[in-house]
Amino acid sequence: MRLAFIALALTVSAPLAQAASQPDPAADMKAFQGYFLKQFPKLPLAAYVNGPYNFSKSESDQWKQIMEFPPYQFAVDDGKKLFETKFPDGKTYASCFPNGGIGIAQNYPMFDAKTGKVVTLGIAINRCRVANGQKKLKLTVGPLADISAYMTSTSDGKPINVVIPHNPKALAAYEAGKEYFYTRRGQLNFSCASCHVQAAGMHLRGDVLSPALGLTAAFPLYRSSWGDMGTLVRRFIGCNQKVKSEPSKPDSTAYRDLAYFMTYMDNGLPESGPGARP
Amino acid sequence: MANQILVHAMTSGDTTTVEALVKHPMDSGFVKDAAGKIIPAHYIEVIEFTHMGKIVLTGYWGPAVSKNPFIKFSFQGGKSGDPIGVSWVDNKGETATTSANIM
Amino acid sequence: MEQINGLTRGSPKRRDFLVAAAAGTAAALVLPRFASAAAAAPNASTYPAKAFIQKTEAATLQAMFGTSTVTASPDVKMDAPDIAENGAVVPISFDANAKNVTGAAILAIDNPFVMACAYKIPAGTNPAISSRVKLAKTTQVISVVEVGGKLMSTSKQVKVTLGGCG
Repeated sequence: MRLAFIALALTVSAPLAQAASQPDPAADMKAFQGYFLKQFPKLPLAAYVNGPYNFSKSESDQWKQIMEFPPYQFAVDDGKKLFETKFPDGKTYASCFPNGGIGIAQNYPMFDAKTGKVVTLGIAINRCRVANGQKKLKLTVGPLADISAYMTSTSDGKPINVVIPHNPKALAAYEAGKEYFYTRRGQLNFSCASCHVQAAGMHLRGDVLSPALGLTAAFPLYRSSWGDMGTLVRRFIGCNQKVKSEPSKPDSTAYRDLAYFMTYMDNGLPESGPGARP
Repeated sequence: MANQILVHAMTSGDTTTVEALVKHPMDSGFVKDAAGKIIPAHYIEVIEFTHMGKIVLTGYWGPAVSKNPFIKFSFQGGKSGDPIGVSWVDNKGETATTSANIM
Repeated sequence: MEQINGLTRGSPKRRDFLVAAAAGTAAALVLPRFASAAAAAPNASTYPAKAFIQKTEAATLQAMFGTSTVTASPDVKMDAPDIAENGAVVPISFDANAKNVTGAAILAIDNPFVMACAYKIPAGTNPAISSRVKLAKTTQVISVVEVGGKLMSTSKQVKVTLGGCG
């Protein structure tokens, strides 16, 4: 029986290996979402955007109380004002985005064929500033996080829809992000997947580890431990530091590609940023 | 955008429920900044809520009230359109006031 | 590992809130400093500063209410988490089943200063308030209400654990 299996494996292994070497993001996503749905059969797909709160009643009760008046509300209001403020040339952020920037956050990160690079919402905001003669903002905190919070709030509930076009550079960026996600790093030798796939839903000291599925959906976040808003890149840096590895630069290719991979895995889930977390 | 106060007030039957989120650092004076220097205490001391000019709640807050404080309470009476006033003063003498109508 | 069934996306409350925020205009909800002269700033001299620097329950109550005699009562209900998700933001609410409540306070025994917040409750205002407080470590949290110069309270231990995720 075993011999027969090996023989069969030998005969089919060549075409399979070839197929496996071709990136297939759609198949990856199906497998990724399927893994979690099988792991936590009671959780519907859309619930993953609530991250840790699916796993602790006490935390979800506190969260519900905090969501009565969410702490990110100031950021959304400030972000809206900034978004609508004219640049010296008379234009606003709306001029840089499809549909005037409203209801489009769920489409980011996007692959930009011109530069061959992934563009996150934060990087798109900064590109808009540069195009209008303004300085770039920090990609992690502050006004850019507020503008992102406002723009994301206008996409509330829309299905996340990251597109990976049939472009070798786009596929390469996706593959690089996937590799980053599964690669162990730092003195603790953890990958993103160590905590957010293997240990998803378990506790790390007092904190519940969010499943990787749905993780990007609630960003930008008001984290109580930050005491203010932060973008996904801010969290990447924090996670890298926690496993004692060297963080990348906020606008690095590594983080763009990681965001591309992770957000693609969340395709179809409802956009639910900005969010609040411990 | 400093010193914002967000207020929601809603009437149901005989009771008006007021919720407010107040933008304030509420620094306790026990926390150090990145450079290792103590961030001086800076917190709201007194916050007052009024309905049609009459005080409906006085809060005395200290450094142990969370950053960007939230409060929810209710009082008897009030109808849609009535003004709810909120004002605070902090330990540095800064103040803010706002008013919103009951929805 | 606990799995909660039926937790819907966001909380329904959040959606209501967003709708409410959209319905009220920004101008009605958000007024910058000094934009409205509707209410004067409260008088800072009424602040019971002494009550906020005490390190024991008795001294705090004495400074705040003029008495440290307090009776545990089932008529004071408190909602506080068993384990705080973050000690910097712990939702605490109390609800007193009593008439003529004139004052209230939330105490955290093991905080550097015991008093977290106190309230003066005029007639017509319900003795039920929700707020968010900081807890420095695992501590007894006490809700105290004042009725006719007497104090009633209820208490609960809230655990504050170290997070692992920074």
